[in-house]
Amino acid sequence: MGAAKSGRRIGLWLLLLILLVAPIAGSKLGLISNFMVLQLSLMIVYAIAVLGLNLLTGYNGQISLGHGAFFAIGAYVAAVLIDRYDLPWWSTLPIAAASCFVAGYLFGLPALRLEGHYLALATFALAIAVPQILKYRHLENLTGGVQGINLIKPDAPFGLPLNSDQWMYVVVFVVAVFMFWVARNLLDSRIGRSLMAIRDHAMAASTMGINIAQTKAITFGISALYVGVAGALHAIIFEFVAPDSFRIDVSISLLVGMVVGGVASLFGSVLGGVFVQVIEKYADAGARLLSQSLHLPIDIEPWTIYGIALILLVYVMPTGIAGGLAALWGRIRRRSGN
Amino acid sequence: MSKLTRRNLITGTSVLALALAAAATPSLAQKKYDDGASDTEIKIGNIMPYSGNASAYGAIGKTSEAVMKKINDEGGINGRKVNFISYDDGYSPPKAVEMVRKLVEEDKVLLVFNPLGTPSNTAIQKYLNTKKVPQLFVATGASKWGKPKEFPWTMGWQPDYATEGSIYAKHILANHKDAKIGVLMQNDDYGKDYFNGFKEGLGKENEKLIVQVSTYEVTDPTVDSQMIQLKNSGANVFFNITTPKFAAQAIKKAAEIDWKPVHYLNNVSSSFGAVFKPAGIEASQGILLALYRKDASDPQWANSPDIVAWKAFMAKYMPGADIRDDGHNYGFSVANTLVEVLKRCGDNLTRENVMKQAASLQGFEAPMLLPGIKINTSPTDFYPIQSVQLGRVKGESFELFGQILSNESK
Repeated sequence: MGAAKSGRRIGLWLLLLILLVAPIAGSKLGLISNFMVLQLSLMIVYAIAVLGLNLLTGYNGQISLGHGAFFAIGAYVAAVLIDRYDLPWWSTLPIAAASCFVAGYLFGLPALRLEGHYLALATFALAIAVPQILKYRHLENLTGGVQGINLIKPDAPFGLPLNSDQWMYVVVFVVAVFMFWVARNLLDSRIGRSLMAIRDHAMAASTMGINIAQTKAITFGISALYVGVAGALHAIIFEFVAPDSFRIDVSISLLVGMVVGGVASLFGSVLGGVFVQVIEKYADAGARLLSQSLHLPIDIEPWTIYGIALILLVYVMPTGIAGGLAALWGRIRRRSGN
Repeated sequence: MSKLTRRNLITGTSVLALALAAAATPSLAQKKYDDGASDTEIKIGNIMPYSGNASAYGAIGKTSEAVMKKINDEGGINGRKVNFISYDDGYSPPKAVEMVRKLVEEDKVLLVFNPLGTPSNTAIQKYLNTKKVPQLFVATGASKWGKPKEFPWTMGWQPDYATEGSIYAKHILANHKDAKIGVLMQNDDYGKDYFNGFKEGLGKENEKLIVQVSTYEVTDPTVDSQMIQLKNSGANVFFNITTPKFAAQAIKKAAEIDWKPVHYLNNVSSSFGAVFKPAGIEASQGILLALYRKDASDPQWANSPDIVAWKAFMAKYMPGADIRDDGHNYGFSVANTLVEVLKRCGDNLTRENVMKQAASLQGFEAPMLLPGIKINTSPTDFYPIQSVQLGRVKGESFELFGQILSNESK
C-alpha cells in the first residue's frame, strides 16, 4: 500500500515535469508556435480560476455567477500597478491576491444572508457592474477607460534561454502547481472538512461547533483570492486588459468550466480550465468548418457549437469530465478484474 | 564512371557551390521575402467584427476576401496568389489582440490589412509596431493612425474623424444662426475623436452651443433613452456619432418621438443597406453627411468605369449580397488600394517595402472615390484620403452639394 502511494507520487511528479518541459522543448524545436505556448498558459490560468470557483461552489456549496468580477479585479490590480506605478510584475501577484481576498471576504459578509439562487443573483449583479465601473470617467486616469491598458510581457531573468512566452509558461505553471498544492492541503485539513460539512448539512455542521458565517465568508475570500491570482497572471501574459475582457461571459465560462470539468474535484478544475480556453477559442473555427463542410445555407454562430458541446457533455458525463473518466476507469478495472 | 576520390569530391563540391552562388546572387537581389510571402503566395491577415454589436461591418471583410478571389482568378499579383485569412474579433479589443497574435505568430502573414474599429486597432497597435508588421489601411478614421514617427508600421486610409467633425461644425456655424446642438457619441476613442474635432471646429467661444452630450457603450442594446434625453434638451441640431446599428436606432427613435433637428451623421454610417433602410427611408430624408466615395445607386455615376466594374464584381463574386450595404462599396475600394500597393512591391515583398510603397502613393485614384478625390501619401503623410464633399439623403441616394473640402496639407 505504501509502495503504491509513493509510486503514485513519483508518477505525479514525473507527469508535472513532462507537462512543464514538453511545451518548452516543443517550442524550442519549432514544433509549436509562441501563440500555442500562450494558449497553454491561458489554459493553466483558467484552471486556477476554475479551482477558485470550485472551492466556493464545489466544496462549500455557495453558487457564484460573478467570479469574473474578481478575475477583473486581479487583472486590473496587476495592470495598474505595473503600468502606472512601475512595480515589478511578480510583486503584483501577492498584492492582487490580497486585494481579491479582502474584496471577496467583504462581499461574502453581506451576501451570507442570501442563500442559493439569491446569492447567485447578487454575484451576477457584481459581474455586470464591474466592467461599467472600470469604464467610469473619473477612474479613467487609472484604468485607461474603455481602451484598457497595454502591458509588455516580461523577459526571462538571469539570461535564461527562454523567450517571454516560454518564460511566462514556466511562471504560470509553477504558480498553478503551488496553488493546487495549497488547495489540496487546505481541503485535507480541519477547514476543508468544515467547508464540506457546511455544504452537506449546515445545521449539523453548526451543531458541531463550526462558525458557519465566518467559514463561509473566509471561503468566499479564498475563492476570490484564487480567481484574482488567475486574473493577474492573465493580464501579465496577455499584455492587455480592457473592460470588455471581463464581460459577464467570463463568469459564465468559469462556472461552465467547473461543471464540465468536475464539481468538487481538483483534477476536474484542471480539465475545466482547458475546456474554457479550448471551447471558447475554437468554437468559432469549428462553426466555420462545420458550415463549410456540410454546405449549410446559414452561418452557424460559434455559441451554437458551445451549446452542443455542453449538452453532449452533461448527458454523457453528468459528473463532469473528471467524474466521467473516473467511472470509465472503474469500469475498465472491474472488467479486467473479472 | 570515375572513382569517387576525396579530391574529386572537393573539386566537385566547390564547383557546385560556385555555380549555386552565381545562380543565386542575381535572383536573391531581385526577390526578397519576409514571413508570408513566397514565389507563389502572399499571405494577408485581417480581423473583422463578423459577430457582435458592430457585425454590420462584416460586409467589409467579406468584400475584401472576394476581391482577393477575383484577383486570384485573374492570375494573382505579379503571379502570386493571395491567401486572405480573416478572423472574427467581435469588435472586442481582447479578442482582437489574440487573433492578431495568431495571424502573426501562427499563420505568419506578411501584413495585417484593414483591421476594423478604433478600440481594436488601439489594442493591437503597440504589438504590431514592436513586431514590425504592417498594420495597413486600418478601417477607422481616428486621427492617431497617421503618425509615422511614433508608429511607422501603422497607416490609416479613410478621412480622419477629427477633420470630418470640424467640417460639420463649420457648416453648422455658417448655416444655423441659433443652433442648440445635441451630440450622441460612442464612449471610446472613436467617439471622442469626432467630438474633439467638432469642438475644435466650433471654436472655444461657440462651445456653449452644445446643450447636451449623451454617450452610449458599444455593448448597450439600444440608444433609446439617450435619444429621449437629447430631445428633452431642446437641441435643434443633432450631431450623430454612431456606428451603423446605433445610427439606425437613433434615426428611427428620433422619428418615433417626433424630434426633427437638423441631423448631421458621421460618415462611418453612410450606408443605405445597414443604416437608412433599417431606420426607414422616410425618417432618413435630409440627413447631412460628409462623403468621399460614390454612391453606386446614384444615377449620375451609372456609366463611370469603376461603378460598372464594381457592379460586375458584385454580381459575380458576391451574389445575393445587399448591394445597398456601404460595406461592399468601402471594401472594394480599400482592397483595391492594397492590391495596388502589392503590385508596386514587385518581387520585393518585405514588410519594409510594403510600408515604403504604401507611403509613396501619389494621385492614386482608387475605385469608388468621388471625382477629384485622390490618394496621396508620403513618408511623412500617413493619411491617404483627406478630402470629402458634403451631401444629404434624398430619396434613396445622396445628393452632393458644395465643393470638395480638402485637408491635404496635414
